[in-house]
Amino acid sequence: MTTVATKPVRRPTGRRTGVSKPSGWWGLAFIAPATIGLIALYAWPFVSTLLKSFQDVPAFGPATFVGLDNYTTLIGDGDFWKAFRNSALYTVIILLGIPLAVVLASLIEQVGRGRAIYRVLFFLPVVTLPVAIGMVWRFIYNGDFGLLNYVLSWFGIDGQFWVADPRFTIYAFGVVGIWMGLGINLIILGAGLQAIPKALYEASSLDGAGRVRQFFHITVPLLSPSIFFVTILSVISALQMFDLLFIMLRGVNNTALTDSKTIVYLFYEKAFVQFDQGYGAAIAIVLLMVIMIATALQFRLQRSWVFYG
Amino acid sequence: MKRKWIAATAVAVTAGLLTACSGGSGDTPKNEKVTLTYANWSEDQSPAMKQIAAEFEKANPNITIKVQTLPWPEYWSTLQVGAAGGTAPDAFWMLADHFREYAKGGQLLDLTDTITSNKIDMNVYPKPVSDSYTYEGKVFALPKDFDTNGLWYNKALFDAAGVKYPDDTWTWQDVQEAAKKLTDPKKGVWGIAAPIDAQGGFYNTILQAGGNIINPDGSASDFASPAGIAGLKFWTDLQAAGESPTLKQLSDTEAVSMFENQKVAMYTSGAYWALRFYKNPDLKDKVDVAPLPQGVKRATVTSGIGNAGYAGSKHPEELKKFLAFLGGTKAAEIQAATGTVLPAYQGTQKPWLDSMPEFHLQVFIDAIDYSVPLPVAGNASEWQGLAPQFLTPAWDGKKPVEQAAKEYQDAVDQVLAKK
Repeated sequence: MTTVATKPVRRPTGRRTGVSKPSGWWGLAFIAPATIGLIALYAWPFVSTLLKSFQDVPAFGPATFVGLDNYTTLIGDGDFWKAFRNSALYTVIILLGIPLAVVLASLIEQVGRGRAIYRVLFFLPVVTLPVAIGMVWRFIYNGDFGLLNYVLSWFGIDGQFWVADPRFTIYAFGVVGIWMGLGINLIILGAGLQAIPKALYEASSLDGAGRVRQFFHITVPLLSPSIFFVTILSVISALQMFDLLFIMLRGVNNTALTDSKTIVYLFYEKAFVQFDQGYGAAIAIVLLMVIMIATALQFRLQRSWVFYG
Repeated sequence: MKRKWIAATAVAVTAGLLTACSGGSGDTPKNEKVTLTYANWSEDQSPAMKQIAAEFEKANPNITIKVQTLPWPEYWSTLQVGAAGGTAPDAFWMLADHFREYAKGGQLLDLTDTITSNKIDMNVYPKPVSDSYTYEGKVFALPKDFDTNGLWYNKALFDAAGVKYPDDTWTWQDVQEAAKKLTDPKKGVWGIAAPIDAQGGFYNTILQAGGNIINPDGSASDFASPAGIAGLKFWTDLQAAGESPTLKQLSDTEAVSMFENQKVAMYTSGAYWALRFYKNPDLKDKVDVAPLPQGVKRATVTSGIGNAGYAGSKHPEELKKFLAFLGGTKAAEIQAATGTVLPAYQGTQKPWLDSMPEFHLQVFIDAIDYSVPLPVAGNASEWQGLAPQFLTPAWDGKKPVEQAAKEYQDAVDQVLAKK
């Protein structure tokens, strides 16, 4: 396969070039739908956001160029740094969910019959309406009547206002975020697990390796490309967290909202509630850079831990 | 849909009056088919809006109205992007705090001529509401509905505590005394709900204490004045005395839910809850409403939705005709009959009152006389968002009210000073 693809195609010059030129145009024509979509839906919005971030954009009427003003405001804006810290903390909590997903995935893999039931159970949050998820978790976390505090009371532990108390809000959201992301992560990791040859486990158990040892010395290294992929996706989506906050705190006169805004929530608030689109655009660009740096960093780090057979 | 029109022929006669009016004024008797879109954010009110649209279509066969309902968070971003890009709906709901941006940006259809040519009497609308849709002397939206505040109370809890029901003689002191007697920690019952609520709460008490929320020229706020502090203290005192659920409790379970679950005996808020309480079989016989208590004087803030038109509409003449219809009696009566909102048009509220005879809803209409428009100076959505941040420490008792009020005032003034 590879030899065929990489082999340089030797064309007789002259006679064939007349044909290859129009075929190049055909190629462009075929990729045009995708390219146009990409330009219209990704490239153009990106360019326009970038331009807006250097402008003062009123709700209506002409924008004025203000240079780096939006960015300098942003650096001095305590709200932005608070949001940045919240997003970073949330991302770290979400990352803690990945080892959990790896363990769960390998446990599910060992289930013989009924494996599908577990997959469905863990996948349900992915296909559930976010609003419904928000409502259920609001009930679980409710300080007065919540399920969590009720269970804690069995052990004599005093409950807390998990969502309303800003000391706990981000952690409480982190738990929901892990739970919501589990379904997708288990699918990706499950596929990775099935690619690991069973013979390795058989051979190692003949050599006397136990389950735990197999997990750390066979499963984890051979699954590392999938784990890496899951990590990249999780970090990106965690840095973009908005929906949970929006569903669980919005509209309610919530005392915790001031202290628990994430970067994307701040962006929404500036651009669409306060009509300050230029500043909103600057936040979006900074977030993009943060995500790019975080992803580049992970690609750099993967060299030391990801094992591509 | 068509069958519905035929069934409603009887009401069409009334609608005919209005259309005769607007038909005479339009000097372009085009018979081409025109479609107008009409956007709102309320699933609850959408059926009434469709009924109004159908009523209008019947009298104007060449115009089709498409009612669009968008969820609240998307409504404003869609409208803003649509207006800037030329694709906004033709007619849409407007709120006073967003109005200025749109009027200033030239996005709204000027209705001043329409009002003259259709002989619309602006005095039929509550003045604070119609004023809030006037910009530089021009009217850009006709009031659709309005809300004032009242004191909702739970009769069963009052009876249990042996407290006399609130009435129009009540002062702040009466509320405070009642709250004390009604609070029963053993039963998990509080006298009143005291959240950080601007429209249903501290704006009213600041006005009742004789203060302003924002000064008349819109340049500065008034929270740290003696009246401002008194108005805030009304609530923080109730919190300090433990006569209200704490802010954290009210964050997890909204004040209105606390009231619905019969955990709090009193709740100051708008008429918009009436239907919800009325439809709740546990509450219907236990709940009633009284006027807000008096401080130094009587006061309530008021606001209302306006029906506005898009300046970039392709069919401005038809749109004006539709907006005039929306501001008329027929549209108001349809709204009143559904019980969802209090229509702005004077004298059309009776069906609304009659739909829930057990509640003394007249207090909300009487409140127009002492109502003050909801303040919307400057970038209203920005400074309104500051309240929880600055007032929470005062509500939690972690900062003196005077200090929190001063910091809050400074932050609001900073926003007002921009541009």
